[in-house]
Amino acid sequence: MSSSIIELEHVDAGYPGAVILHDVSFEVKRGEVFILLGGSGCGKSTVMKHMIGLNPVLAGTLRVAGMEWSAKTRDELFHKIGVMYQSGALFGAMTCLENVMLPLEEFTRLRRAERRDRAMSLLADVGLADAADKLPSEISGGMKKRAAIARAMALDPEIVFLDEPSAGLDPISSSALDDLVLKLRETKGMTFVVVTHELPSIFKIADRAAMFDKARRGMIALGSPSELREKSEDPFVRKFFNRGESHGKSG
Amino acid sequence: MKPFEAVGRRACEYAASMRENLAFLGETTVCALSILARPRRFRLGDSALAFERASFDALPVTTGIGFLLGLILAFQSAAALKMFGVEVYVSDLLAIALFRELGPLVTAIVLAGRTGSAFAAEIGAMKVNEELDALTTMGLPPVRFLVMPRVVAAVAAMPILTIFAELAGLIGGAIVLRMMNVPPSVFWRHVADVSTVFTISFGLAKGAFFGALVAIVGCAAGMRTKSTADGVGRAATSAVVGGIVSIAVADGLLAYLCYLWNI
Ligand SMILES: Nc1ncnc2c1ncn2[C@@H]1O[C@H](COP(=O)(O)OP(=O)(O)O)[C@@H](O)[C@H]1O
Ligand SMILES: [Mg+2]
Repeated sequence: MSSSIIELEHVDAGYPGAVILHDVSFEVKRGEVFILLGGSGCGKSTVMKHMIGLNPVLAGTLRVAGMEWSAKTRDELFHKIGVMYQSGALFGAMTCLENVMLPLEEFTRLRRAERRDRAMSLLADVGLADAADKLPSEISGGMKKRAAIARAMALDPEIVFLDEPSAGLDPISSSALDDLVLKLRETKGMTFVVVTHELPSIFKIADRAAMFDKARRGMIALGSPSELREKSEDPFVRKFFNRGESHGKSG
Repeated sequence: MKPFEAVGRRACEYAASMRENLAFLGETTVCALSILARPRRFRLGDSALAFERASFDALPVTTGIGFLLGLILAFQSAAALKMFGVEVYVSDLLAIALFRELGPLVTAIVLAGRTGSAFAAEIGAMKVNEELDALTTMGLPPVRFLVMPRVVAAVAAMPILTIFAELAGLIGGAIVLRMMNVPPSVFWRHVADVSTVFTISFGLAKGAFFGALVAIVGCAAGMRTKSTADGVGRAATSAVVGGIVSIAVADGLLAYLCYLWNI
């Protein structure tokens, strides 16, 4: 089994007729926490949508678990991934608990009580045990995201994609989320691909990160967070990390 | 040149949306067949909810419109038939028109306005909220999950709505004729004489078919929703317009086929 679980080779990312990022190449290693960085609108969610098989890449190759996305590999690959979307994307007609139970209902042979227990323990992991019976419209944006994370974890996927999980979270739940990510990686060997801007969180959980720039329409840096902070020559990268640094010192 | 350009662009857009609709129809058909093979995959609960909204909640409107339709038709045709002293034949005319044509047609148009638009808005809102993406990456195809239950609900609702609208229309006609001194017993005997089980069930089957069209066009409009401020509204509009147009086209084709085959 190769050590990289996601490989991008000279990928043009974007939508039909609109290339957002040119010639992106990187790989995500099995069991690592990989961060996608960059200003808003630079294409982080776009790259993620390619990785999770929603949109085909415009050029180059993208492999997940050694397979390219195609009609034949789709179903197999979908079972390897769990996704938390930027908006949470909870099903509005179902309670949080039902949202988490849905994948269990569709893809496992667990009995109803077992499904319920499993869903409750997932919700407890993200600190939402007492909101289990609430509808998505009755909870805050941060809570929606955490419920969506619980849903993404339900089937123990190999790779978990989180699109801005900490946006809209208070620092304490954000840090609890980081702990959860590290714990899951430790106990289940899950791989994480995370879009985030939170420097403390990046330094706490990230093994490596890729940074994109909207103006240059491409990837501008790749490496571990401390490498990026200390060795990068790129003014944009320096600015991103130094701004965080001065924040950290003054606070 | 501007107007020509605009017409050309519109034509291209229309052709593209037709192509998408056809592709969607294919996907829906494949999904329906796969559900026939494995019925356990059907979302019965979702379908029951959609059925309740499409049928019982719509009953007052469709029945009311059917009643008024019968009333108006009876008045209009009675005026002409009275000249020959044969108002009583209004009953025959009404029964044939309602059972064969107007019952299913008018009910389906109401369904397009009420249910087709609701399907488009529901699915459109889910699309904007990335819920369709979430279903897809969970390995649950939105067509099986969202479209099939709604199509089945609309197909099941249409015959019920249609028969109520037809009966209400006949009651409207009976009232008009009563005013022209044709006793209800005579009216109903005439109706019974011209209505065969075949005519009535053919009309109901046609209604069910229109129901499938409305639901498929509505769901397709929902799935095409763009994430703009007016995206969901546009999807609902296009569901109603597309639904009514496809009902009209299908009805025309059916009328022609019936004529060819002497039905
Ligand atoms: N469906 C789409 N079609 C065309 N362009 C899009 C679409 N969705 C997003 N974009 C564009 O792609 C760019 C990157 O968007 P996105 O990946 O969502 O950014 P972010 O890095 O903030 O997640 C934006 O400029 C946006 O306008
Ligand atoms: Mg984004």
